[in-house]
Amino acid sequence: MSHKIVSKRKLSENVFTAEIEASLIAQAGKPGQFVIISINSEYSERIPLTIADADPEKGTIRLIWQRVGKTTAELADMKADEKIANVVGPLGKPTHIENLGTVACVGGGIGNAPLLPITKALKKAGNKIISILGARTKDLLILEDEFDRISNELIVTTDDGSYGRKALVTEPLKELCQRDQKPNQAFVISPAIMMKFCCEVTRKFNIPTQVSLNTIMVDATGMCGGCRVEIDGKPKFVCVDGPEFDGHKVNFDLMMKRLDAYKDQEQKAYEQYKEHRCKIGLDK
Amino acid sequence: MTDEERQELLKKQKTDKLTPADRYKIPPQDMPEQDPVKRRSNVNEVATGYTETHARLEAMRCLQCKKAPCIKGCPVQIKIQDFVAAICDGDFKKALAVIKENSLLPAVCGRVCPQEVQCQQTCTVGLKFKDPTKAVSIGRLERFVADLDQEEIIPTVAPETGMKVAVIGSGPGGIVTAADTRRAGHDVTIFEAFHKTGGVLVYGIPEFRLPKAIVQKEIDVLTEMGVKIVCNFVVGRTRTIEQLMKEDGFDAVYIGVGAGLPRFMGIEGESLVGVFSANEYLTRANLMKAYDFGKGADTPIVRSKKVAVIGGGNVAMDSARTAVRLGAEKVYLVYRRTEKEMPARIEEVHHAKQEGVEFHILQSPKRVIGDQNSRVTAIECLKYRLGEPDESGRRRPIPIEGSEFQIDVDTCIIAIGNIANPLIRQTTAGLEFNKWGNILVDENCKTSLDGVYAGGDIVLGAATVILAMGQGRIAAAAINDYLAKKKQKS
Ligand SMILES: Cc1cc2nc3c(=O)[nH]c(=O)nc-3n(C[C@H](O)[C@H](O)[C@H](O)COP(=O)(O)OP(=O)(O)OC[C@H]3O[C@@H](n4cnc5c(N)ncnc54)[C@H](O)[C@@H]3O)c2cc1C
Ligand SMILES: Cc1cc2nc3c(=O)[nH]c(=O)nc-3n(C[C@H](O)[C@H](O)[C@H](O)COP(=O)(O)OP(=O)(O)OC[C@H]3O[C@@H](n4cnc5c(N)ncnc54)[C@H](O)[C@@H]3O)c2cc1C
Ligand code: FES
Repeated sequence: MSHKIVSKRKLSENVFTAEIEASLIAQAGKPGQFVIISINSEYSERIPLTIADADPEKGTIRLIWQRVGKTTAELADMKADEKIANVVGPLGKPTHIENLGTVACVGGGIGNAPLLPITKALKKAGNKIISILGARTKDLLILEDEFDRISNELIVTTDDGSYGRKALVTEPLKELCQRDQKPNQAFVISPAIMMKFCCEVTRKFNIPTQVSLNTIMVDATGMCGGCRVEIDGKPKFVCVDGPEFDGHKVNFDLMMKRLDAYKDQEQKAYEQYKEHRCKIGLDK
Repeated sequence: MTDEERQELLKKQKTDKLTPADRYKIPPQDMPEQDPVKRRSNVNEVATGYTETHARLEAMRCLQCKKAPCIKGCPVQIKIQDFVAAICDGDFKKALAVIKENSLLPAVCGRVCPQEVQCQQTCTVGLKFKDPTKAVSIGRLERFVADLDQEEIIPTVAPETGMKVAVIGSGPGGIVTAADTRRAGHDVTIFEAFHKTGGVLVYGIPEFRLPKAIVQKEIDVLTEMGVKIVCNFVVGRTRTIEQLMKEDGFDAVYIGVGAGLPRFMGIEGESLVGVFSANEYLTRANLMKAYDFGKGADTPIVRSKKVAVIGGGNVAMDSARTAVRLGAEKVYLVYRRTEKEMPARIEEVHHAKQEGVEFHILQSPKRVIGDQNSRVTAIECLKYRLGEPDESGRRRPIPIEGSEFQIDVDTCIIAIGNIANPLIRQTTAGLEFNKWGNILVDENCKTSLDGVYAGGDIVLGAATVILAMGQGRIAAAAINDYLAKKKQKS
């Protein structure tokens, strides 16, 4: 049972989005959950991607991904009507959604994609939404309009100042925390290093902070333990106990080291793939 | 013994009137295998299988005991003396038919069953020589007949009953349940979380011990019988058991999801880069074919120089031998009891040693040590001694205080077993479990829920292929019964 790509487009230089047929997942998926995909059955890697949106009536889910290595690059080279061999899900625990009052939703880079469905659900539950979106530079900012539509307040930052405020997201986050009406909770999804610094900010102000961890996974059913992280000094499996955790308890340093476990091999695979697509003219 | 000598020996046997003395004189037939040095660098099967001459000679060693104590040792009571007699006579078709009466997966079981603690433990020949390795090699004989290129018999399927059975998990228990309920004419669907079917037989047990083509053949038989197979479907997430039964019209369910949660040791440093569960290591290598990384396969695996594998079961042996094949220079197997207590099959222990795995017995890690990049550099171990026997009857390992020492390694694989995955428990109201999270069932493998049956590792704790298969059989019979009654009522 393979899954047809209904539509696909580019969101920024390295970010792509596609709508994919997966009716059971579209019905069952909730904000915060993800799927595992592999492009073909024999040799492809299994990679986790968040369900950015779902249309249960149409039977499709939306994925948004950043090209960082071989599999995400191969996916980026696929076209509408082509098929992905395996899509399994929804996996992980859904985000706990309730009316908390005011919430800060902080996204960085590709993190905006998994943050969007959560922010939507928080909005629906009656929360006042203050969103902070960060990107390295203007061209890499994604989903600004979507966040604008559902946020009571939207703050955009870029590292180089090419758009919005020239700052890292931690700056406006800190200011938010200093307001009289500080957020009741923060949701942060971004590269690990940024989540770490955001958590350091909110910790000082005692603001509970949910983060979503993007560890390396294999089965994503709790069978292998490859995705484990240390939460409060104890091992937890991101695929079944998470992907969301109390950010103040996460050992980010160890997690980042674990993310680099296969770096050399991954780079080699990506280089090989780039050469291959060059040869067959995909880069034109 | 050379092949010619073996053939000579076979010719000399007066097959129709072999006395016990004649039978004792035939030497045990060794299993032909790949050269240990060569096989260190390939993933092909190690034991290459008996020839017809081997098999007939080995079968002639069987005394055909009236009481057949071997059968009592077999968890599914295969009529062992009958199939062995058929091999003696050269009637291999009959031999296979006899086995298939009780076991659906002889090519698998002949390879992976712990025969030395089952049928071969009680074999009179072994007892006579006071050496279980000199018992009749029942497993090898089973494998021999299963491997012969005999025409695959697709079991006949009874007329459609219109009843629907969901089998969750495609491990050995699920395969057998699917076959037996389909034979009764039910509409059977297997739901499997992975993108490939076979359970531990494909993601855990390595190719060099159980070629994946053998498992696939069994799956193909199921498809030919009309069993539907749905991969990439995680019951409890994609659909719950309740949804399958209430909304999707399934009349009965078999839960065969296996153990599915690796045990870690709870020691310092266990999350360092370079520490793996055996499940992860083996899944990357087997299911994801990481040994072909860069030659087609996209899933990476560590290329270690020095590896410590913790544990003494089949899972530990498989991990150690996989590490050897992936090019590790040193592979240490660290086990806190002695070789005698190791739960692994004797043959696997033997093969691991032949392939250069170094055994460190009466030792166990106390912590894992890493460098500034959080990469493993060593394990610190304690030495152990054996005390009084514990509940399992094995002597309890006791740490020796102050005996700490280090072994330099870059990789540490934890292979101390699997426990119950909580997903089904978390998503199925009314299903009862024991305190370890295993599903509670009665003697018919029925759970606390009507129409829901369970078997294999999720019931027994990490067990064996043959036990999972046996439970699949029992559950299928009970499901067929339950559905027949249900049909009568409606
Ligand atoms: C629960 C979960 C949800 C995710 N959702 C999304 C999503 O919606 N969109 C998206 O683009 N990505 C998401 N990711 C990350 C995504 O899975 C990885 O980017 C992907 O596996 C990379 O595969 P690759 O073969 O292209 O690159 P690889 O060759 O595997 O890796 C290339 C480089 O990327 C880095 N990398 C590898 N794995 C990860 C990872 N899991 N996270 C971050 N960096 C990684 C490594 O440092 C490596 O050097 C998610 C991860 C998890 C665990
Ligand atoms: C490395 C290793 C080596 C072993 N060696 C031996 C040996 O030599 N001899 C021996 O007798 N035994 C051996 N065993 C044990 C033996 O493999 C198991 O006892 C046996 O496979 C259990 O069978 P099972 O039917 O319970 O299912 P399993 O084989 O455990 O398969 C369960 C299947 O269910 C799927 N699943 C899990 N959850 C879900 C879900 N929610 N929805 C859908 N599908 C799901 C899994 O993906 C898996 O495919 C070994 C085990 C391992 C790990
Ligand atoms: S990915 Fe295997 S346990 Fe989480």
